[in-house]
Amino acid sequence: MNFPLKVWRQKNSQDTGGFVHYQAKGIVPDMSFLEMLDVVNDELMEKGQEPIAFDHDCREGICGSCSLMINGRPHGPTRGTTCQTYMRNFTDGQTIVIEPWRAKSFPIVRDLVCDRGSFDRIMEAGGFVTVNVGGAPDGNALPVAKVAAEKAMDGAACIGCGACVAACKNASAMLFVGAKVSHLGFLPQGQPERADRVRQMVGQMDKEGFGGCTSQYECEAACPKEINADFIAKMNADYLWACIATEQ
Amino acid sequence: MKLESRAPGGPLQLKWDRYKAEMKLINPANKRKYRVLVVGTGLAGASAAAALAELGYQVDTFCFQDSPRRAHSIAAQGGINAAKNYQNDGDSVWRLFYDTIKGGDFRSREANVYRLAQVSVNIIDHCVALGVPFAREYGGHLDNRSFGGAQVSRTFYCRGQTGQQLLLGAYSALSRQIGMGRVKSHPRTEMIDLVLVDGKARGIIVRDLVTGKLESYVGDAVVLATGGYGPVFFLSTNAKGCNVTATYRAHKRGALFANPCFTQIHPTCIPVTGDYQSKLTLMSESLRNDGRIWVPKKAGDKRLPSEIPEGERDYYLERKYPSFGNLAPRDISSRAAKEACDDGRGVGEGGRGVYLDFSDAIARLGEKVIRERYGNLFDMYHHITNENPNQGPMRIYPAMHYCMGGLWVDYHLMSNIPGLFVLGEANFSDHGANRLGASALMQGLADGYFIAPYTITNYLASTKQTPVDTNHENFKACLAETQERIQRVLAVKGTRSPVVIHRELGKVMWEHVGMARSTESLKAALKRIPAIREEYWKTVSVPGSGEEMNQGLEYALRVADFIDFAELLTEDALSREESCGGHFRVEHQTEEGEAKRDDDNFAHVSAWEHTGEGKKPALHKESLGFENVQLAVRSYK
Repeated sequence: MNFPLKVWRQKNSQDTGGFVHYQAKGIVPDMSFLEMLDVVNDELMEKGQEPIAFDHDCREGICGSCSLMINGRPHGPTRGTTCQTYMRNFTDGQTIVIEPWRAKSFPIVRDLVCDRGSFDRIMEAGGFVTVNVGGAPDGNALPVAKVAAEKAMDGAACIGCGACVAACKNASAMLFVGAKVSHLGFLPQGQPERADRVRQMVGQMDKEGFGGCTSQYECEAACPKEINADFIAKMNADYLWACIATEQ
Repeated sequence: MKLESRAPGGPLQLKWDRYKAEMKLINPANKRKYRVLVVGTGLAGASAAAALAELGYQVDTFCFQDSPRRAHSIAAQGGINAAKNYQNDGDSVWRLFYDTIKGGDFRSREANVYRLAQVSVNIIDHCVALGVPFAREYGGHLDNRSFGGAQVSRTFYCRGQTGQQLLLGAYSALSRQIGMGRVKSHPRTEMIDLVLVDGKARGIIVRDLVTGKLESYVGDAVVLATGGYGPVFFLSTNAKGCNVTATYRAHKRGALFANPCFTQIHPTCIPVTGDYQSKLTLMSESLRNDGRIWVPKKAGDKRLPSEIPEGERDYYLERKYPSFGNLAPRDISSRAAKEACDDGRGVGEGGRGVYLDFSDAIARLGEKVIRERYGNLFDMYHHITNENPNQGPMRIYPAMHYCMGGLWVDYHLMSNIPGLFVLGEANFSDHGANRLGASALMQGLADGYFIAPYTITNYLASTKQTPVDTNHENFKACLAETQERIQRVLAVKGTRSPVVIHRELGKVMWEHVGMARSTESLKAALKRIPAIREEYWKTVSVPGSGEEMNQGLEYALRVADFIDFAELLTEDALSREESCGGHFRVEHQTEEGEAKRDDDNFAHVSAWEHTGEGKKPALHKESLGFENVQLAVRSYK
């Protein structure tokens, strides 16, 4: 298979950047999308040209590093991460446009690499249970209903890739924050700090410049881990409750 | 050099208690005067950094990923072991200790392993408190599953994403400390060298991967939690970024590298499909709880699996190891798969694969239960191979997965360089020659949450430090050397991508130093590796400069270290004239083809010292004393 590629190249955060055309030649259907880019990069390096920079690491869909807009869709045409997108899902000869995540809160570092430090800062604002090593009671001292544990796990499964933000016309991070808030919100361990947590995480999210949700669920459709948009409603309910029921 | 484990005396059960009772402490108000540099933010690094900051130390963390949450611990699937005995099936600290020592083929240190089993129970408690969503029974209590190499159910899990959830737990604790200003996080920052002052580890040289700038950091202790070196084989289940640079650079500065040849090949991975492949994907060993492994009895049988009647299938693990069956340990299962394929009975394209069949389990438990247990793994398999595992058996084959070897550490988890602590997969300490499933997560968190915070405190309290800053001549010299090395790589301006050279190295390693090693194959590798090194320094092409984000340069620097390290690994494999655990020397096997250990001559840790560029490394031995367990032939029959 051969593919004409249009790839966003940008030297650094100050550079204006632009699309550059490449040819991906001799591609095999079972290659992953990133392996296709590897082929292009090997060729570039062997010609003494700088390879296309992109984030990737585990290449098995769990670390959340990879982050490409492929033909206008985060992580490409199939459900799952970019690293788990295979060339068999493209038509031979089809032009593929590759861009980085586009969001003000994810500034571009180089080419297809963007800075998702804003997600880390949201977590630092409240995405934890305050407990030091040493004082925990026996694991079975606190029974957790299976249903609650499963729901918590549904939210906790988020890999923090940022596809939800990239998919949203408002660049909203509410699916990410909703999943994170709800993971601990469903568990008894998360109850003492539940109100503070949602207030602080939402506060940081706003500070980072992410937009608000206008309920179009593009995020849910783009999420490689199938995080449900109900988590946004759950977070909104929690936030409202936190603001009304508890005074700071 | 005499290697002392520095384990306290007295009965095994009381050693850790005794250590804690006798260790030196630091007044809470004084802890903030100490700075600890933690390199790597996987389970071991993140948990150590969080726990040290909770105690009051100033901590800096460094990771090459864009966020500490992305370290490769995140990809661990199956679970974490702990001797809780919640299932009332006869588990105990002693049994977990014994299973781990035996699973490691009696090549680990008793005192360390016993302590690991002891603190395993605390890990689960702490992770629950952090909000890790472990799988639960309907009554709300924690659920367990069984894993290879054990006859009890002691593995705690979060669907097929246990590593992710444990790492997110440690990351949340770390995030809390970052938010409070007690930890300074440095993402996209790679350690390039270790700096010693007066023989002690006092700092590191890092490269900012965004700007390319080299920077020095000073600390009172340095913690390496930088994982394993699996990608020395190019194809492995490790992440693309996993590398040996931090530990190998420390080795070149004097840290001993222990048992580098103890590498683990994982039996259940998706088979290789082509030359372009960049990594291999693991299918959790937990699948072997319900899946049955088989190949056709006849060589060259090309029928579809559904067309092969029951009587013509060879469930070889159940046949050869009836008491453990499909849950035989990883090294044994991997070798059995290789044997079946060498016999010409392998399945799939190229004949390097065996079936993992769930049809019996689905018939017994229903599709829903199997889906609940392994849903995401089935999806992953379907996605990668384009074959639906609900409709036929999976095909699997062994792949490079984990490194039991690593930097030598004593009971304090400190290397022979004072002040250099090594945690998790980066050290050699607990798994001997083979690691049991669900024990890596246990070790990472044991080291980070429960051991290093004590031993580092003891070190800091009992060591007199001279004030040092980055203007010290050793820092300047180290920085200049790093600069020079980077320029040397950039100056080659050859015609080959560093990835291509890495792949070539990996092929040599897999073929000659992989699942079956012989004097001949190892010597062949030792001939090939220097040639690859020469090619590298003549032909590598790294466009761009060092003063910007340059992923080609990052990769090329790591490959240079992999090449040098490959030689050390091979030397170690050649010098260990026995078969044990993951190290299988074809010259040393029983008549039935099982590994043949040589306890008289090799019940020791091989710790290698770097003696200079182009010189043979020097071997030091720490003999392993077994006072509490009997060295037995490891049988899973």
